[in-house]
Amino acid sequence: MNPDINIIITDREGQKHEVVAPTDMNMNIMELVRSYELAPEGTIGVCGGMAMCASCQCYILTPQIELPDMQDDEEAMLSEAFYTKENSRLGCQIQLTPEMEGLEIELAPES
Amino acid sequence: MIKTDILIIGAGPTGLFTVFEAGLLKLKCHLIDALPQPGGQCAEIYPKKPIYDIPAFPEVLAGDLVDNLMEQIKPFEPGFTLGERADTIEKLDDGTFIVTTNKGTKHHAPVVAIAGGLGSFEPRKPLIENLGQYEDKGVRYMIKDPEFYRDKKVVIAGGGDSALDWSIFLADVAEEVTLVHRRNEFRGALDSVDKVKELKDLGKINLITPAEIVQLEGEDHLEAVLIRKSNEAKEEFWLPVDEFIPLFGLSPKLGPIADWGLEIEKNAIKVDNSLDYQTNIPGIYAIGDVNTYPGKLKLILCGFHEATLMCQSAYQRIFPDKKYVMKYTTVGGVTGFDGSKKEAPKAVVKAIN
Repeated sequence: MNPDINIIITDREGQKHEVVAPTDMNMNIMELVRSYELAPEGTIGVCGGMAMCASCQCYILTPQIELPDMQDDEEAMLSEAFYTKENSRLGCQIQLTPEMEGLEIELAPES
Repeated sequence: MIKTDILIIGAGPTGLFTVFEAGLLKLKCHLIDALPQPGGQCAEIYPKKPIYDIPAFPEVLAGDLVDNLMEQIKPFEPGFTLGERADTIEKLDDGTFIVTTNKGTKHHAPVVAIAGGLGSFEPRKPLIENLGQYEDKGVRYMIKDPEFYRDKKVVIAGGGDSALDWSIFLADVAEEVTLVHRRNEFRGALDSVDKVKELKDLGKINLITPAEIVQLEGEDHLEAVLIRKSNEAKEEFWLPVDEFIPLFGLSPKLGPIADWGLEIEKNAIKVDNSLDYQTNIPGIYAIGDVNTYPGKLKLILCGFHEATLMCQSAYQRIFPDKKYVMKYTTVGGVTGFDGSKKEAPKAVVKAIN
């Protein structure tokens, strides 16, 4: 049985949202943000999750929580994205797992 | 003035398939797209990616899907206005529409079908303070006429296919080509990466990595860019250039369509899904990813369905007195406007003695 986990998401207006995320629905962070409508449709997940648009870029605020390693395509996309920081990731490349309980992220500005 | 029966805005898969369904009804189509090639997202963002949910195609590359659609609609001779964005719409007294692009091209049609996906693709602009000041004065985000760069000093920024491909192409045209990218790695096709390396070794491309362009300078026209290396020293230097081409990909924006008086919800156009995908303005339809209704799914296959029903409604609008009887293509065949005719071979009747 995969438990639901709690995730804190700061939207592009700086508003914090505590959301409950399923870990048994093959869902990633980009899809989680969309399902709670924390960013307007058409401004996030533009490429659908192929690491090809960076519209789901977010900053990871909880470095102690381990996330899947960055693959080449994510790294390449981030290298062309704007507003990137050391802790930038693409939400679409982070699949939700029970180990991510308490994860905090902030959405990067729209570009 | 371009005249047609159905003016389709957006040449992605949904817009392209509309041409086929309209063609079966003997309606002619013309498509407008902001991109220089048909195919929409499939061609621009992920041509080499497979799609698995097109009925009867266990797997098809997005680029091949577009090629197949272009082949399927060829007999219906669609017109294209490419590389132009539909900007304004005007409803005439007779209920027909005139759509004008950003380049001033006018299109006249009794029916407008918006198949605009997520919107028109606009270049993503790097965050450089005075970038706007030099737009069209040394800064251009798209290359329309490579000859424009002949014997000029050009700097290109970006790390994808377009940055690589244009650097290669302009190496033979421009006086000097400099390619600046934030990393040492590029994500383009392997042979493009190899070619850039070859041209770099020949001294035909000046490759500066990892680095970024951080400032622009020039009186009335761009004269130099400030390049900051991302090495430890954060070394900075001014590079004299005539033209700067930032190539950081494109991102879709709903754009001017949002001001056409259509009912918009969540960046999409509301339509009547119980009938014909018409918007709140009679004669304007919205199909594919650009529309929304209860239960909407942004899938190519849903766009195909919406296009098909929309064409029936368009037919009734154009010919209110005619009654159309649907015929299977297997029965009626496909008769193109180009005179071509495809039909099922007749059954062979033969006795067995």
